[in-house]
Amino acid sequence: MGKSLMKGTEAIAEAAIQAGCKYFFGYPITPQNEILEYMSTRLPEVGGVYVQAESEIASINMVMGGGSTGYRVMTTSSSPGISLMSEGISYIAMAEIPCVIVNVARGGPGLGNILPAQGDYNQATRGGGHGDYRMLVMSPGNLQEAVNLTQDAFELSQKYSMPVMVLVDGFLGQMMEAVEISPRKAEDPSVNAAWALGWWKERGGKRATVYSMYLDPEILEAHNTRLQEKYKIVKANEARFEHYMADDAELLLTSYGTTSRVCRSAINNLREEGYKVGMMRPLTVWPFPSAGLSRLPECVKGILDVEMSAAFPMADDVRISLTRNIPIFTTGRWGGFSPTVRQIEDKCREVLREVSQDE
Amino acid sequence: MSETQVFSMPKVWNADTHTHYCPGCTHGVVHRLVCEALEDLDIQDRTIGLAPVGCSVLIHQYMDIDFMEAAHGRAPAVATGVKAVRPDKIVFTYQGDGDLASIGLAEIIHAMNRTLPLTTIFVNNAIYGMTGGQMAPTTLLGQKSSTCPTGRTAEANGYPIRMCEMLATLGGPAYIERVSVTRPKDIIKAKQAILKAFKNQIEEKGVSFVEVLSTCPTNWGMRPVDACRWLEENMIPHYPLGVHKDFE
Repeated sequence: MGKSLMKGTEAIAEAAIQAGCKYFFGYPITPQNEILEYMSTRLPEVGGVYVQAESEIASINMVMGGGSTGYRVMTTSSSPGISLMSEGISYIAMAEIPCVIVNVARGGPGLGNILPAQGDYNQATRGGGHGDYRMLVMSPGNLQEAVNLTQDAFELSQKYSMPVMVLVDGFLGQMMEAVEISPRKAEDPSVNAAWALGWWKERGGKRATVYSMYLDPEILEAHNTRLQEKYKIVKANEARFEHYMADDAELLLTSYGTTSRVCRSAINNLREEGYKVGMMRPLTVWPFPSAGLSRLPECVKGILDVEMSAAFPMADDVRISLTRNIPIFTTGRWGGFSPTVRQIEDKCREVLREVSQDE
Repeated sequence: MSETQVFSMPKVWNADTHTHYCPGCTHGVVHRLVCEALEDLDIQDRTIGLAPVGCSVLIHQYMDIDFMEAAHGRAPAVATGVKAVRPDKIVFTYQGDGDLASIGLAEIIHAMNRTLPLTTIFVNNAIYGMTGGQMAPTTLLGQKSSTCPTGRTAEANGYPIRMCEMLATLGGPAYIERVSVTRPKDIIKAKQAILKAFKNQIEEKGVSFVEVLSTCPTNWGMRPVDACRWLEENMIPHYPLGVHKDFE
C-alpha cells in the first residue's frame, strides 16, 4: 500500500484494523467522532463488530469484556470521556487485560472545550484511576507516527498484558497528512488461551477466571509487587524518544505531540540565526524517556519545556530525569491554542540570554 | 416403585468451595438453580459468567465455568463486550439490586435493549447486603435499613424501582420474568425461568432477564423463616411474580 492523505482520527482507526483489531467499542465525543464513524463502516467489511456504547463507562467495560477473550480490542475518546473510563482502566490494569485506548485530548478541566490541549498528561502517565497502576502511553508527533505507534500499542499491550494508551491532541486528530498503513500480522488469539475467557476446550477442560479482587492482603500485596516489577521491565525497555539537533545544543526544548512540531520549526529558524537549540521529544510519555535527559553534555545550559498545558506537567518528569542541575523554563498556550513559532523563538532567545548571563 | 434420588451437587458447582453466604440467604438456592440449568443444557464448556459487586462478588469461585468479575454495576457492559467478540459463547450476568438497579441502571437498560443475546439473573433482596444493610433502590416503602432507620419514605427516598416492569417497556428483551425462591413450588418455577433464559440465548432468541426475589435475614434483622414470610407478605405485593415479557 502506498501513501494516502488521511485525517488523523481515520488513520488511527485504519491502523488499528490493519493491526488486527476487529472489535471497537466507543461513545461519541468531539474531537474524535470520525473514529467511531470510520469503525462503524469499516469493521463490518472486515468481519468485525462495532458497538456504540451508552457511555464511556460502558465502552471501557465492553473493552474489558472483549479484551478478556484474548482478541484485539480498542476504544477511543477525548479527555472528559477518558475521565469516565478511568475506573475501568484501573480494573483492566489490575486484571492485566491487553487493550488499546486512544485519547484525542481536548481542553479542560471539566467540559473545557473541544479544541486541542495537552492537559491530560498526568492522568495518562500516572494511570488516571485508583490504585498503583500504569499504562504505556504513546505520544506521536505526526500522523505516520500515530499509525505506527497505534499498531505498536496493540503488540505492546499483548506483550505486557496491560492497557496501552495512544495520546494525541485534537490537532493531530483533525489534521491531514500522507500516511502509509501496512498490515501487521497479529498472533492468533488462541495464544491467550492460558488465561483468557472462552477457551475451555483449548485449556483441556479447565476454566479461566479474570478478576481484580484479592481479599487476602498477602496475595494483594504480592500481586501489586508483581505489577510493579512488570512496570520496571516496561520502563527499562519501552521508553522512546527523539533527539533533534541535541548534540551541541545550549538550549534543549522538551515537547511532545503537536507542540513538538512547532518547536521543530522554531529550532530550524533559530539554527539559521546561529542559536544552538535542540529538542528531546518523547514518543512515550510513560515510561518517560529519562535517558534522553540524563547525562546531558556540559554545553546544555537550559531546558525549555513547551506544552499546551497551563500546568506544564511534563516539566516534573523532565526535572526528575536530569542528572545535574539545569534550569528549566516553560512556555506554551492552553485553552485550545498552540504556541506559535514566533512565541517559542522569542522565549528561546530570552532563555539563552538569561542562562549565558548566569555564567 | 419410585426411583430413589440421591441428593448431589450439580457438576457445574465447584466441589472444592464453601460459600461465604449468611445462614438463610437465598443466593445459594439461586446459584444452585443456575448450575442445574447449565448442566441440564450441557453448556458448562461454553458459558462465561459475569460477577457483580455485592454479596455475590465471589460467585466466580463457586461455579466451575469461565467467569469474570466486573466493576460495580458494569457487568452488562462487560458481558456485551464478551458476547460481541465471542457470539458462540453463552454469556450471563448475575447481579444484585444495588449493582443492577442503582449504579448499573444505564448498563442493564442498554444491554437489555440491544439485540445481542445475553442472560441476566437479577437477585433482588431489597437491601445492600455486603455493605451492611443500607437502603437499596428496591427497598420497600416503610422498610427499615441502616440509611433509612425509621423506614423508607417516598418524600425522603423516592420509590422502590420495579425493574421487570421498566425493562418490559423496551423493544430489546425477548423474555422477562419475576420469580421467588422461598417455597418449593416457587423454586421449581424459578428453575424453569432460569432454564428458559439460558435456552433463549442458545437458540439466539434474544435477551432474557429473570428477577429472583430473595431474602436477606442478616440485614433485614429476621430469622430465615420469618424472612421468607416477610418476602411473601411484603415484597410480592409490590413486585408481582410472573412473566412480564415473552416473545412467544
